[in-house]
Amino acid sequence: MSDAESQLDVRWPIGLLFGVIGFVVAAYGLLVPPEAALPASAENLDRDWGLVMLLFGLLMIWGGWTAGRRRR
Amino acid sequence: MHLKWIDYFIIGVYCVFVLGVGITLKRFMRTSLDFFLSGRRIAAWVTGLAFISANLGALELMGMAASGAQYGMLTSHFYWVGAIPAMIFVGLFMMPFYYGSRARSVPEYLRLRFDEKTRGFNALTFAVMTVLASGINLYAMALVFRLMLGWSIHATILLSAVVVLVYTFLGGLTSSIYNEVLQFFLIVFGVMPLAYFSVVEAGGWNGLVARLPAGFTHTWANLGSASANTMGVGWFSLVAGLGFVLSFGYWCTDFLVVQRAMAARDMAAAQKTPLIAALPKMFIPFLIIVPGMAAWAILPHGNFLVNGSVDYNLALPLLLARYYPAGMLGVGITALLASFMSGMAGNVTAFNTVWTYDIYHAYIRRGAPDAHYLAMGRIATVGGVLISIATAYLALQFHNIMDYLQLIFSFVNAPLFATFLLGMFWKRATPNGAFFGLVGGTAAATGHWLATQSGWIVYASQMAANFSRAIWAWAACFALTIAVSFFTVPRPEAELAGLVYGLTERPRHSELPWLRRPEALALLAAALVVVLNWAYR
Repeated sequence: MSDAESQLDVRWPIGLLFGVIGFVVAAYGLLVPPEAALPASAENLDRDWGLVMLLFGLLMIWGGWTAGRRRR
Repeated sequence: MHLKWIDYFIIGVYCVFVLGVGITLKRFMRTSLDFFLSGRRIAAWVTGLAFISANLGALELMGMAASGAQYGMLTSHFYWVGAIPAMIFVGLFMMPFYYGSRARSVPEYLRLRFDEKTRGFNALTFAVMTVLASGINLYAMALVFRLMLGWSIHATILLSAVVVLVYTFLGGLTSSIYNEVLQFFLIVFGVMPLAYFSVVEAGGWNGLVARLPAGFTHTWANLGSASANTMGVGWFSLVAGLGFVLSFGYWCTDFLVVQRAMAARDMAAAQKTPLIAALPKMFIPFLIIVPGMAAWAILPHGNFLVNGSVDYNLALPLLLARYYPAGMLGVGITALLASFMSGMAGNVTAFNTVWTYDIYHAYIRRGAPDAHYLAMGRIATVGGVLISIATAYLALQFHNIMDYLQLIFSFVNAPLFATFLLGMFWKRATPNGAFFGLVGGTAAATGHWLATQSGWIVYASQMAANFSRAIWAWAACFALTIAVSFFTVPRPEAELAGLVYGLTERPRHSELPWLRRPEALALLAAALVVVLNWAYR
């Protein structure tokens, strides 16, 4: 494994980016309810898809963290 | 379409992250190999996703959704016929020579296998083609964002060029690959809800079939003759032109994608790179093409009018505006931005490697210390971005420059695939055969183009002409290389070990369980793509 990859597992930036974006979008969806449901769109897409992205981000962070532990 | 503060905030978070990746990786860029080929130590799933993402650039997201709206499921031939078979072939059969030869670039393989002049010809054409493509990418992005959001073209070009420049300058290929993986997931998560909602609103697949013109939802049913389908291509032209020459020419020889596999940590990982990429690649039509079709099915066609004529490129932006509230709109716009940036960064990192190894090191300064080439790589990155900006402005002046770019691709890649096929699988192919074959193939493409321009040869569509030109260019290069090879001296077999089939030991990967070998992945990809072709025939 290269220096770069052992120091910065790509799952960390992916996990952190999705964690932040997912959290922000979900929070926005919860705090600022959509003015009107868009045609055929979910009732609160920001909340729902934000949570999905947040979950994906957490999974990636967990993957990066466990891989780091295995390497040590 | 109007963005709110939350959308700008998400775009800002994305920019901060990609720059952060570049800054974090800078300290690991100690040698030129680290910078240009990530020290050849990246895991297969990472290089695999970068392989697909480097190609998922400007024209892909917008263009394929547009083609979906215009041609329907026929567009998926660009994936199921025009990409997956070639990706399987390069992984199984060509990667052992690319990776095994330890060549640092595609032109360098040509030097090892043939000679300096063949490498020089390929390096120059590739370098020119790459910066042009990168500039076109920038131009397309600026145009899209002006159309959708009213952003200034100059500001968009400068802002994205600076972001790409900073992260490729600092972290080299590793930074580009890492960001490509990041961008791949952003694109998937940014577009997936669009695909879902648009198909649901159309009434599911059956609803789409009922709403769209007959044949719009089939891939093979109307290919019996060129006049029976909207693309104006017949099955032979499609299979031979797109499925064989253009597709293999691009996926098997274009350094932009091959470079990602060369950065893999070992031979098995290099072979698996295009095979892993093939798995998500074959499902991208459902993410991009099907929503494009759904947009055409559910939206009033008047929404697609720009200055009185239909602009299919609006398919994706129209869907974004229809389904995404503030917040998700920021995610969707960021996905578009990411696809443009990954396309440009891919071109820039391929350019700086070919410039430094195959032009600067080969013809301008040999034998300098490694640190000198590392510095030159960074200078080439700045130069590549500056030329890209200049090309973007050139494209602004001349709208048909995009057509010319497609033309240059068919001139360069189609004959090159014949050179590689013979070079890797026929040890009798000689350096002079390769060089004159390549030049002759390019000349044949030029002749064919002139004949179609002057009206001497007429095709049902521009696409049919492109496919046909590719077939002619490839055939000319193939025949000429064989003919010249019979009259010229081949290189001694001892010099060709590791470069040619029959003189190279085939990697067995016996240390890996069968299911984790490249062959197993190739079988899975082949089986899935056959099923998809059959299901949507």
